[in-house]
Amino acid sequence: MSDFSNLEIGSELPVIQKQFTRSQLVAYALASGDMNPIHQDEGIAKSVGLPDVIAHGMLTMGCAIQVVTDWIGDPTAVLDYSVRMTRPVVVPAGEVGVPVTFSGKIGAINGDGTIRVDLSAVFADQTVLGQAKAVVRLPQ
Amino acid sequence: MGMNHEMIGHAYPASEPYLVTVAKIQAFADAIGDNNPIYRDEEYAKSLGHTSVCAPPTFPIVATMSAMEKSFHDPALNMDYSRIVHSDQRFEYRRPIRVGDELVVVTVIEEIKALGTNDIATFRTEVTSKGEPVVTGWSKLVVRGADS
Repeated sequence: MSDFSNLEIGSELPVIQKQFTRSQLVAYALASGDMNPIHQDEGIAKSVGLPDVIAHGMLTMGCAIQVVTDWIGDPTAVLDYSVRMTRPVVVPAGEVGVPVTFSGKIGAINGDGTIRVDLSAVFADQTVLGQAKAVVRLPQ
Repeated sequence: MGMNHEMIGHAYPASEPYLVTVAKIQAFADAIGDNNPIYRDEEYAKSLGHTSVCAPPTFPIVATMSAMEKSFHDPALNMDYSRIVHSDQRFEYRRPIRVGDELVVVTVIEEIKALGTNDIATFRTEVTSKGEPVVTGWSKLVVRGADS
């Protein structure tokens, strides 16, 4: 159980690392309905100038908020969530996949019982999300 | 020949209802690798005060993206579907999405701006269930110009 009594601006939430694999991209495509072949087919990805198959930006967005939801416990405490998808996560063939690291820190403590968490997603030493932030209601 | 800026403010007819089930929520949670029991276990969700299993924060994209895709193909909008990049996404939540919800999406063309040869379009998606507001989404899409 996280402690919400002594929060400070800049406090860091626990980091999460996930391994993005091709089979996960297939699972996300089926679950989300986003069947764009640049997330499945190397030939098509390369034909539009990408280095290889890339992950769905919405998969990265979906993973990043877990930093908040694991920490807060009840994911429905998230009131507002926004990201800019700035770079792709390139996912090579094979089941090893690539690591993506998600972190967050408290960006604002509001007077109405909510906070803003600023999120980061890093792949290959570069951020892949920009201006990622969530407004979260703290437990009473 | 970019997008038709006269379509700013246009609202498309409501989508067909999308029925939310435990299986759909669990498959989505599995796909993002999130094992939180609130996405699977009704008793656990009830222990947190909810009436049923709830959906992850980005689950609404399942309903909003397919609703938006219908508008992408509207000839009046003149949007080159093959040149779209999804650049920004926001969700503002009114209440949790739960099993049994019937999500209906109204897509509104909120803004279209030209930037060089690109068009940047913001689609607002207003999601309700049985008339009750659930979540509003904003999706910003860059439509790359033919020579970029």
